[in-house]
Amino acid sequence: MTASALIRAEGLTVSFRGHTVLDGVRLQVDPGRIVTIVGPNGAGKSTLLKAVLGLVAADRGRVERSARTIGYVPQKLSVDRILPLSVRRFLAMAGVGSTDKASLDAGLERVGAGHVLGRQVADLSGGELQRVLLARALLRRPDLLVLDEPVGGVDMTGQAELYDLIAAVAHDEGVGVLMVSHDLHVVMAATDEVVCLNRHVCCAGHPETVSRHPEYLALFGPRAAGSLAIYTHSHDHGHSPDGSVQPLDGGHRHGPECDHG
Amino acid sequence: MDEFLLRAMTAGLALAAAAGPLGCFVVWRRMAYFGDALAHTALLGVVVGVLLGIWPLAGVVAVCVAVALLLAATRQDGRVASDSLLGILAHGALALGLVLLSTMDKVRVDLMGWLFGDILAVSWADAAFVWGGAVSVLILLWLNRRSLIAMAVDEDLARVDGHDVGRARIVMMLLVALSVAAAMKVVGVMLVTAMLVMPAATARPLSRTPEQMALWAAIFGAAAVAIGLGASWHFDAPSGPSIVVAAAALFMLSRLATLRR
Repeated sequence: MTASALIRAEGLTVSFRGHTVLDGVRLQVDPGRIVTIVGPNGAGKSTLLKAVLGLVAADRGRVERSARTIGYVPQKLSVDRILPLSVRRFLAMAGVGSTDKASLDAGLERVGAGHVLGRQVADLSGGELQRVLLARALLRRPDLLVLDEPVGGVDMTGQAELYDLIAAVAHDEGVGVLMVSHDLHVVMAATDEVVCLNRHVCCAGHPETVSRHPEYLALFGPRAAGSLAIYTHSHDHGHSPDGSVQPLDGGHRHGPECDHG
Repeated sequence: MDEFLLRAMTAGLALAAAAGPLGCFVVWRRMAYFGDALAHTALLGVVVGVLLGIWPLAGVVAVCVAVALLLAATRQDGRVASDSLLGILAHGALALGLVLLSTMDKVRVDLMGWLFGDILAVSWADAAFVWGGAVSVLILLWLNRRSLIAMAVDEDLARVDGHDVGRARIVMMLLVALSVAAAMKVVGVMLVTAMLVMPAATARPLSRTPEQMALWAAIFGAAAVAIGLGASWHFDAPSGPSIVVAAAALFMLSRLATLRR
């Protein structure tokens, strides 16, 4: 662990009405690194982002946020038609950085949405809104980007372009990125670290390692591993039918004391 | 103009000036039902005021603020006050108010006046109360406008952007409570929400920015008060309902005008 981490979570446990959504999660994002969270529906991915941002209170565990400015793209944003709000105003509301027309235009151009500046936010299509949200997050000149499925609803070419942009922002400008994504192929290509989440951290590490991890394969199936060879690894825990962790003989329960993942 | 009509117009225009802009925030944040619940609770406040031997409107303010804070507290633990909870609260409080009123046979309370407003009976003191309330509402709205507009878009995004969402949420609830108390004399418990929702909805098609919508809502509210009071004078119709009928008619006109475009 380095002292310069933008965000660091230890033993993060969140439950809603007695139902544990996150269990002892450990996470760290360093400047210039892309950390991607993958996992099935209901694995607690969005909740993990919200807990890290302080939007959801943790029952146990610690979150240290040393990032100065955070750019957040929520999984879903629904702006009702009753609110008259232009894209220009919405971007200017980001609050940090310059809000003149030229910089807003440039910000939209960057995400391939240069034509929507004068439109109303409620009139945007899902993909356009997603691009505007990313532009807004970037206009804040963040040192940390927290992105919850940032390319949802974006067309195929657009997705690749946006992932390239995110990678460029991270690797060229030193911005830390914490991202939830379902696009496993892209994730595996452009990510420095993958965290495979199923309420607890199943496995974490370099994409190639994770994609051969038995738990990753159990969650996503062998097809997700693509052409990568199966890598043998002794599994340190199993799962009961409800998904909770069961220690195997000689294995151990994940906790703050373990130093893998 | 007769003095009582002048007093009525003075109070009504003050209400419209505050309820229009506040109503915009109410419809953006989908709090119309919350406003309605507070308005129903207000009758209980009248009873409390009479029982304590204080000015009934002081009782209304006290009860509305207490209920608003109670609802804010229940929302803070993550569970949203559902419309069924608001419905139980609204009608429970209204019924309790009516039952208590009927037991106070020694006190003469103008029930119809409280339920449907009696603007022609407002005193200069009442008018001053409405003005004071309206000016306070407008000042608080202005001071908190950035946070409130950001929250109307998305609360999580607003919080990451650094807005104090918890405080702004309580301010908003208190403003609705205050406006309910100020509006009671004018349109009565049953019709208070109309003064919040109708001018705002009428203003929407004419507006491209949140500020434009707030301004138009104030103008339409004022027009409804003027037309309603005039009609009430001419046709000897009840004043509160006449104002609301005028507001509804303006809404229909604005809809028809936009449909043709």
